[in-house]
Amino acid sequence: MSTLTAERPTAEPATRPRAPKRRLRGEAKLNPLVWVFVVAVMGFSLIPFYWLVNTSLKKGASLSQGELFPSQPTFENYLVVFQNPEFLLALRNSVIIAVVTTTVALVFASFAAYALARLKMRRKALILTLILSVTTFPAIAIAAPLFSIWREIGLYDTLLGLIIPKLTFALPLAIYTLTSFFKEIPRELEESAYMDGATPFTAFRKVILPLAVPGLATTAILVFISVWNEFLLAVTLTTSPEARPVPVAIAFFSGTSEFDQPLGTISAASVIITVPLVILVLLCQKRIVSGMTAGAVKG
Amino acid sequence: MANKTLVPGRGVNGRDRAERRLAVRMTAPSLVIMALVAAVPIGYAIWLSLNQYSVRTAGLSRFVGLENYISALSSSEWWAAFGQTFLFAGLSVSLELALGTAMALLLNLAFKGRALLRTVVLLPYAIITVVSAITWQTMFQPNMGLVTNVLSALGLPGGDVVWLGEHGYAMAVIVLADVWKTTPFAALIILAGLQVISSETYEAAELDGASKWQAFVHITLPLLRPAIVLAAIFRTMDALRVFDLPFVLTRGANGTESMSMLAYTQLRENRLVGEGSALSILTFLTVMVVSVIYVRFAGGNIREVAKEEQ
Repeated sequence: MSTLTAERPTAEPATRPRAPKRRLRGEAKLNPLVWVFVVAVMGFSLIPFYWLVNTSLKKGASLSQGELFPSQPTFENYLVVFQNPEFLLALRNSVIIAVVTTTVALVFASFAAYALARLKMRRKALILTLILSVTTFPAIAIAAPLFSIWREIGLYDTLLGLIIPKLTFALPLAIYTLTSFFKEIPRELEESAYMDGATPFTAFRKVILPLAVPGLATTAILVFISVWNEFLLAVTLTTSPEARPVPVAIAFFSGTSEFDQPLGTISAASVIITVPLVILVLLCQKRIVSGMTAGAVKG
Repeated sequence: MANKTLVPGRGVNGRDRAERRLAVRMTAPSLVIMALVAAVPIGYAIWLSLNQYSVRTAGLSRFVGLENYISALSSSEWWAAFGQTFLFAGLSVSLELALGTAMALLLNLAFKGRALLRTVVLLPYAIITVVSAITWQTMFQPNMGLVTNVLSALGLPGGDVVWLGEHGYAMAVIVLADVWKTTPFAALIILAGLQVISSETYEAAELDGASKWQAFVHITLPLLRPAIVLAAIFRTMDALRVFDLPFVLTRGANGTESMSMLAYTQLRENRLVGEGSALSILTFLTVMVVSVIYVRFAGGNIREVAKEEQ
């Protein structure tokens, strides 16, 4: 990576050499206090997960007494969740919404990001500022009018009616992340494509896009997680189980009967939808980190 | 770099023009979607906010000018939500920045298990906010939650408190849930800032006899400022829009209603489209004003980044 940054146009004098990544300070001789902090941070991050799983495995008295370990662990809550047609519908809705939004956002954003990262363009800074300003919009500001507009044109309480506004928030995130990935690809590659007589668009499609696959994958993960997580638009623009995605379904989850403490089943449902994302983070940890910090500080 | 002067096509006007045309065509789809689904609705929201409009009696729409704004701005609900949102943002963002900086310093140290720590720290980011809210709700349940149980077992105060039933406690749980989920984000941005500080700067300081603490205060913190400001901007914008956490944890009860929640309640529960729109525009303006202030006074580096893009 350091070789790539060295080739960036801001030809800097050799006064700021990149530190080799491996040489870190304080190796091996860690203060015991630091270890206390490490353990505290790990505990803070992990204990809530433990408690969620623990709650999901309990029923009845075991649940209401709040045992630290379930004395009679039961998967009954999970069975209830999987037999709940509304939850299954919500799962289907979330998958459709997240996959479609991520795909469409990635296609359009890769075009825009390439133009912003590489092509000569008028008012580039203004366009970038406009795009970034969309990310600061509170979702409620567009949820309120869309609630009215969608009801009039029949998009209220439909999957499409959720995909469109979610796309609006997914696009700037994808453009922002992809722009910084495209900037890291050496310019020489396009130049040599031009030499071979390629047009800028062919250079983009045949040379840059294949090289940007890791960046595209990273962006896809970030967009997918944020679309999956989004709640306000989802709760404002849907009303029936046919269109509700998972977060809304879980927020409105109720027990099987009035006297049932639904916490067990809610926790089970929460565990079910958390597991795939946790696996995604475990597998793609490096990508997520590079995506979250892309362009932010590297400058 | 010598090869910069060799960039071909500089003088070739045809390619220049082709490039500009392509650039416009490539950005247009994204810009059109964002304009249609962000700018148009906001314009419509402004129009709605100037009308009295009720879904209950369909089609009834009467232009009332700024009446909705006046009634919102003179209501105690708006100012309560405004105050609570800023209280929440102030508390959670400052905790996230402090904890995030500490975590970033920790992750920047070389020790066995650093990779594991990084993965563990990142896990809460994977959980959706609604689930994070549910998780913290179960931890603070009276008699059956982990925190309440441990507190009463240790004989500490707080074990018999109905955490989500009282304002101060409920706000604490909401802040905690937010800190838990989003500190990793702040930590990673700050870590990226740490990693571009060259180790030679520290070696020079060490030669000059600076202590570790002095090095931290005089080297690390100033050089880390851009990263911390960036994390602060992202996190503040998010915190001011908070919705999911109070929605799930308290449904806005006990004075935890945020600006977004108040607008949602008027719109969906009370079916007051005009007033709901006015409240959402007010929320929008508040967030805008704060982001402008941030970029103006704290984010010198943001403007430099924008300039560099030109």
